[in-house]
Amino acid sequence: MMDPSNNHHAVTLTVNGQTRTESLPPNLLLSEYLRDHLRLTGTHVGCDTSQCGACTVLVDGAAVKSCTVLVVQLPGTTIETVEGLGRPDQLHPVQEAFREAHALQCGFCTPGVLMTAVALLNGDPHPTDAEIRRGLDGIICRCTGYENIVAAVTRAGNGMAAAQEVG
Amino acid sequence: MPSEQLAPTRPGSPMGQSIPRREDARLLTGHGHYTADVNRPGQLYAVMVRSPHAHAHIRSIRTDAARAVAGVAAIYTGTDVAGRIAPIPTAWIPPGSDLAITDHPALADTTVRYVGDGVAMVVAESLDSAREARALIDVDYEPLGAVTSVADAMREGAPRVHEGVSQNVALHWRAGSDPSAVDHAMKTAEVVVRQAIVQQRLVPNPMEPRAAVAEFDAAAEALTLWVTSQNPHIHRLLVAGVLGLAEHRVRVIAQDVGGGFGSKIACYPDEVLVAFAARDLGRPVKWVEERREHFVATTHGRDHVDEVELAGRRDGTFTALRVRTRANLGAYLSTAGPGVPTILFGLITNGPYDIPLAATEVYGLYTHTTPVDAYRGAGRPEATFLIERLVDLFAREIGMDPVAVRSKNLVTEDRFPYTNAFGITYDSGRYHASLDRALEHLDLGAFRSEQAAAARHGRLLGLGVSTYVEMCGLGPSEVAGAVGFQGGLWEHALVRVLPTGKVMVMTGISPHGQGEETTFAQVVADRLGCALDDIEVMHGDTQLVSMGWGTYGSRSTAVGGGALSVALDRVVDKARKIAAHVLEADVEDLAFREGRFAVHGVPDRSVAFTDVALKAHLAWSLPEGVEPGLEAEASYNPSNFTYPFGTHMAVVEVDPDTGDINVQRYLAVDDCGPRINPLIVEGQVRGGIVQGIGQALWEGGAYDAQGQLLTGSLMDYALPKARWLPPIETDFTETPAPHNPLGVKGVGETGTIAATPTIVNAVMDALAPMGIHHLDMPLTPERVWRAIQDARTTAPAATGGMRS
Ligand code: FES
Ligand code: FES
Repeated sequence: MMDPSNNHHAVTLTVNGQTRTESLPPNLLLSEYLRDHLRLTGTHVGCDTSQCGACTVLVDGAAVKSCTVLVVQLPGTTIETVEGLGRPDQLHPVQEAFREAHALQCGFCTPGVLMTAVALLNGDPHPTDAEIRRGLDGIICRCTGYENIVAAVTRAGNGMAAAQEVG
Repeated sequence: MPSEQLAPTRPGSPMGQSIPRREDARLLTGHGHYTADVNRPGQLYAVMVRSPHAHAHIRSIRTDAARAVAGVAAIYTGTDVAGRIAPIPTAWIPPGSDLAITDHPALADTTVRYVGDGVAMVVAESLDSAREARALIDVDYEPLGAVTSVADAMREGAPRVHEGVSQNVALHWRAGSDPSAVDHAMKTAEVVVRQAIVQQRLVPNPMEPRAAVAEFDAAAEALTLWVTSQNPHIHRLLVAGVLGLAEHRVRVIAQDVGGGFGSKIACYPDEVLVAFAARDLGRPVKWVEERREHFVATTHGRDHVDEVELAGRRDGTFTALRVRTRANLGAYLSTAGPGVPTILFGLITNGPYDIPLAATEVYGLYTHTTPVDAYRGAGRPEATFLIERLVDLFAREIGMDPVAVRSKNLVTEDRFPYTNAFGITYDSGRYHASLDRALEHLDLGAFRSEQAAAARHGRLLGLGVSTYVEMCGLGPSEVAGAVGFQGGLWEHALVRVLPTGKVMVMTGISPHGQGEETTFAQVVADRLGCALDDIEVMHGDTQLVSMGWGTYGSRSTAVGGGALSVALDRVVDKARKIAAHVLEADVEDLAFREGRFAVHGVPDRSVAFTDVALKAHLAWSLPEGVEPGLEAEASYNPSNFTYPFGTHMAVVEVDPDTGDINVQRYLAVDDCGPRINPLIVEGQVRGGIVQGIGQALWEGGAYDAQGQLLTGSLMDYALPKARWLPPIETDFTETPAPHNPLGVKGVGETGTIAATPTIVNAVMDALAPMGIHHLDMPLTPERVWRAIQDARTTAPAATGGMRS
C-alpha cells in the first residue's frame, strides 16, 4: 500500500462517475494510474513521445493525452475513459458509429480515437471532413487509413444531433 | 462487365454482406485483451539494456550498483544465459542460396551488432525499480567500425558483421530464365531501359508495441506465454525449442493483438528471455516494449537497392527483364528474413506482365542494423515497385502512354493458369477488365487535357497507374518445403456443434485486426443456416486450437477459410446421415437448406439442424456406424498460392516552388475474388493503401555512417496522418481463385503493394516536363524541391513548358 510518508500526495478526482481520494506518488502519470492502479486497461499506451494519442481520455470534457499529465496535477477533475462511454451491450453513439463504419481494425488506437472524437463532437456536432481530419491530428491509426474514422465521426455527429433534437 | 457475387447458399445468408464486426463491441468499450493488459499475481517487470553502438566488443558489464537497487530480482547478461538459451533460429533457408547461418544469441555475449542489440535484462518488483537499475548498469564497450548500407556491405575492407562471412554475404540466390538468354535479349533488344532503384527501409510501427508475459508452473514444468504474436503455434515451437521445453507443456496466448504488419511474426529474443526469467525466478514476468525500443529492436522492412533492366520493342512489347538486387538483412537472420527478398520477391518480379525472359539475382547482406523481416507485403511490394517504375520509364522512352503499354503486356484472360518465367503459376485473372474498370472511373483523355492546360500555367499535375498482381494465400506446404520455409503452410479448423445447436469454431489463423471472427462466422452461418449470434470463432491460444500457422501473407481467409469450409462440409455430412435416420429417408434424398434437412419433394418431412445437433449428442438412436456428437475438423493444404490483382490510379499535384505533393485523387480497383464481407475488404484496402502512400511520401528509416538510427522515434519517423490523405475511391471486380473452396484470394496486403508505385509514378508523371524521370523514396518536399532546382539549373528551357 501507499506510504503517506513516502512523498505521496492526496488527490481527489472523479473517474467514470466514481469519486476517489487517493494517496499517489508525484511522478505517476494519469495513464499509469488508470491502467495499473484502477486496471482500466482500455486506455492504451502506444508511444513515449506523446505522439500516438492511444492514451487520450477526457479531463473535464477536454481530450488530453493521459501519458503527458501527472495525476497529482489533476485534483478535483473529472476523468472519462473509454470504459465510461458505453457498454458492449449498450454502445455510446460514437462507439456505435465506429462499429457501423468499420472505423477500427486492430482496435489498439480506438479508445484514444473515440475520446478524441467525443471531445470534437461535443464542440461541434457537424464538423466538415477537413475539420475532422484536422481534429484527428493528435492520434495515429496504423490500420484504417483514417477514412472510415472520418465517416464514423460524421455519422456519430449526425446521430448525436438528432438524438438531442428528439430529447 | 458483370462481377460474380459470392453465391450465398440460401436467401438471407450473411455471405457477401457488409456486416459490422463482431469483435468490435469489446474493442470499442476498452474490454480487449491485449498482452500489456495481462497482469499475473506476483509478477515481476523486465526491461532490456540495449546496445547504443552498432558494432562493439563488450569488454565488461558491471551490474553491482544496479543489483543494489531496492526491488531488483535478477540481472542477466549474455554470459549468464549463454548455454541456457539456445540461439534464436531463422525459419527460412532458401535452397541454393548458400545461406550463411550465424548464431543469434538472445543476449549478446562478446559482440554487439546493431544499435538495439540486447545486452542485459533487468527483472524487478516494479517497472520503476527495473528502470532505475537499468540506468546503473555499466557496459564497457570497445566500439568497432560499422557498415549499415548494402552499397558498402560488400566493399573490400568493409567491417564484417559475422566472423567467417566474407563480404557480409548472407545469401546469393538466382531464379528465372537462363541468364545468357536474358543477356542476349538485352543486347539485341530495340529498347532497353535501366534504372537503379532504392527501396528504403521502413519501420512497421503497429500501434501496439510488442509485449510478453510469462508464467512458469514448476510442478507441471509448464510455461504459459502471453505474447504479441501473429502466429502463436510458431511461437510455441520456437520458444520451446530455444528454451529446451517440451512443446506440449508450452501454451502461447495471443488474444487481441494491436496490429502486426509482419513485425509480430518473428520470434524475438525478448519473449524468450521473459519466459526464461519466469522459469528461473519462479515468478511471472512482464515486459512491454517502449516505442523507442520498437524502432531499434523490432524487425524492419524493405531496404533494397535494385538494378533493373527492361527490354522490349518500339511497339511497346516487353521481351526481357533482369533484376539484380542487394537486400539488407540486418545484423541477424530473422525468422522469415531470408525468404522475403528471395522467394517472396524474386519469383514475381515480372508482375502481371507476360515477359518471356526474366531473371532475378539477389545478394542478401548482413549489416550492423536492426534485422529486416516481413513488413506488409513482404517482398511483393518491392517486386511490384520496380516493375511498375520500369514500365513507366519504358513507356516514356518509346513515347507511348503508360496505360497503353500496360494494356499491351498484361497477361490476357485466355492464358490462365499462367506460368511465368520463374515457374510460378498464376491461378486466375482478368487484368484487362480491371484496367478497363479503372478507366471507367477516370477519363484518361480528359485528364491528359487538364494536365496540359495546367502545365500552360506552370502547374504540375501527374497521373500514376499501377497494375499489380500479388502472390499470397501462403501457401501449399510442399512449396513451402521446396522453397526452404521451415514449417508447413496448411491450416486447421475445428467446428464443434453443441447440443443446443450453438457453434464453436477454432481456427489456426491468428487475426489481429483482419476481422475473421466475423467473416468466419458468416461462412458458418451461411453453411449451417444458423444465426451469427449462435457462432463463436476462437483463435490465438495454442491450448484451444490444435494447430495452425498464423496470419500473414494474406492467407487467413484463403487457407484458414479453406480449412473451415472443409470442416463444415464434414459436419453437414454427418448431420445429414443422422437426419436421414430420423426422417427414415435415404441420405441422397435429403436437401439441406436454411438450416433444415428435408426430403426432396416432401417439404414437411424435415428436421432442423439444431434438432439433429441435439440428437447427435443424446445418441439415443444413431444410424449404424455414426459416433455420438457433432463436430469435425479439417486440415486444409492449398494446392496453389492465390493471385489477387488490380489497378490503382492516383492524381497528384506537385508545387514547383516548395516540392510539396498534394494527392488529389486515389482510385483503387481490386480483385480478391468473392468478398465475404465487403465492408471489411474495403477497410483492408484503404488501410493498406495508406501504408503504401506512407512509403512513397513520408516514411523512411535512415542510419548514419556509425549505425545510429536517425529516425528512431515518432517525432522523426513520419507515420501517415489523417489530414495528409485524400479520400480513397474503391471498386472491385471478382474473379474467383479456382482452387480453394471459397474462391477467395486475400486482400490484406494488396493496397500496400499497389499504392507505393502508383503514387511515385504520379509524381514522376508530374515532374516529367522538367526532365525528372526517377527519384528515390520517400518523396519528401525537400527531395522533390532539390530535384526541381537541379533540373532548372541544368535544363532551364525545359521548365514550365508543355510535355513533349
Ligand atoms: S501513449 Fe502515445 S500519446 Fe500517449
Ligand atoms: S485500428 Fe489498429 S491502429 Fe487504429
